[in-house]
Amino acid sequence: MKNHVWRPLYVVLVVIALLLVARYFLVPSDFGVHGKNFTYGFHRAGNIMDWQAVSIKYQGRESCNECHPENVATNSSSKHGPIQCENCHGPALNHPENPEKLTIDTSRDLCLRCHGALPTPGSQRSRIKGISPDTHNPEIPCIDCHNPHKPDLEEMQ
Amino acid sequence: MKCSRRDLLTTVCKAAVAAALPVAAFRFLSPAEVRAAVADPALRWGFLVDTEKCVGCGFCVKACKLENEIPYEAPVSRTWVERYIVTRDGQTHIDSPMAGQNGFTDPKVRDEVIDPSEITKAFFVPKLCNQCDNPACVQVCPVGATYQTKDGVVLVDRDWCIGCGYCIMACPYGVRFFHPVHKVAEKCNFCYHRISKGLKSACVEACPFGARQIGNLKDPEDPVTRIIMTQRVAVLKDEYGTKPQVFYIGLDRNVR
Repeated sequence: MKNHVWRPLYVVLVVIALLLVARYFLVPSDFGVHGKNFTYGFHRAGNIMDWQAVSIKYQGRESCNECHPENVATNSSSKHGPIQCENCHGPALNHPENPEKLTIDTSRDLCLRCHGALPTPGSQRSRIKGISPDTHNPEIPCIDCHNPHKPDLEEMQ
Repeated sequence: MKCSRRDLLTTVCKAAVAAALPVAAFRFLSPAEVRAAVADPALRWGFLVDTEKCVGCGFCVKACKLENEIPYEAPVSRTWVERYIVTRDGQTHIDSPMAGQNGFTDPKVRDEVIDPSEITKAFFVPKLCNQCDNPACVQVCPVGATYQTKDGVVLVDRDWCIGCGYCIMACPYGVRFFHPVHKVAEKCNFCYHRISKGLKSACVEACPFGARQIGNLKDPEDPVTRIIMTQRVAVLKDEYGTKPQVFYIGLDRNVR
């Protein structure tokens, strides 16, 4: 073949070679087909471990029970039993080391998540006792009268 | 043209090698190898949402955002709760203020006052990633940054994602969003760090009413799998062919 054909072809071959060399160094060695097929499973295998290493923030009721069994027992036997401690007390993270004390959400808004009356026929929401926040002792925190661990009205403080 | 025996044999050999090359190049896509790559066939995560039980408290959204480090005041979330209010005139009013992270406390829908006597039905629908069997979001990724694990969860590689946003546009369920801190695509992954350690997803754990459940769809004894197999369940946007793996009890035709 003629020289004027070969010379640009050499340039192209060198560019391809450079790309392959760059690819060799830039693409992680664990990159490949790891899942079902190429379409859905082509990825870096190490990333699965990255996701599994994410820290757990919500430790669960059993973890609370290790140090606060009375509070867990009181709440579990009440109508608020199905509610996880951390829903109101906040995620435990590494409590008691860090944070040493959890910030409890005692706002009216927290109680209104379930007990704010809404016209929702056909939903379980209408089965929960609800109040209208504008008329039911506005401005007074719910916990001044109601005990969140023992919410029965007979137990009112 | 003259052609000796030697010439003929060399040409044939060369042609055979040339013909074999492309086949060798595509060998890594062969079905047998793909089947071998699938290791644990006994685990496939699935989700069950009982919309009849949801009261719109939003504790699931709060737990999700704190567990997965999504900035709390950012208007994005991996999971969210929608409120549907159907009125007598046939209209459907839908809202999800701040993904429902602070619960539904206001009877007004998007500042619109709805006469309670006009409401025929009203309910809440929690939504999250469907971890589809045919995830459209994975198909469109140009760099291989998002993928489906062997147990069926779709993950995003934060180090590899270039933030092009194709997957955010491709998801028919609007599940994906742009992470405001990491500047990459973000999505629900059933709390992969929790489920792979034997815990339940944060939203499942936080739900006081049992409206959210997670289970192994490959285990016929799993309570979630049993309900999906024996009761009437539906999926969202079946017509897209994505084969979603989040099943709903009590889904209404107004739910989109």
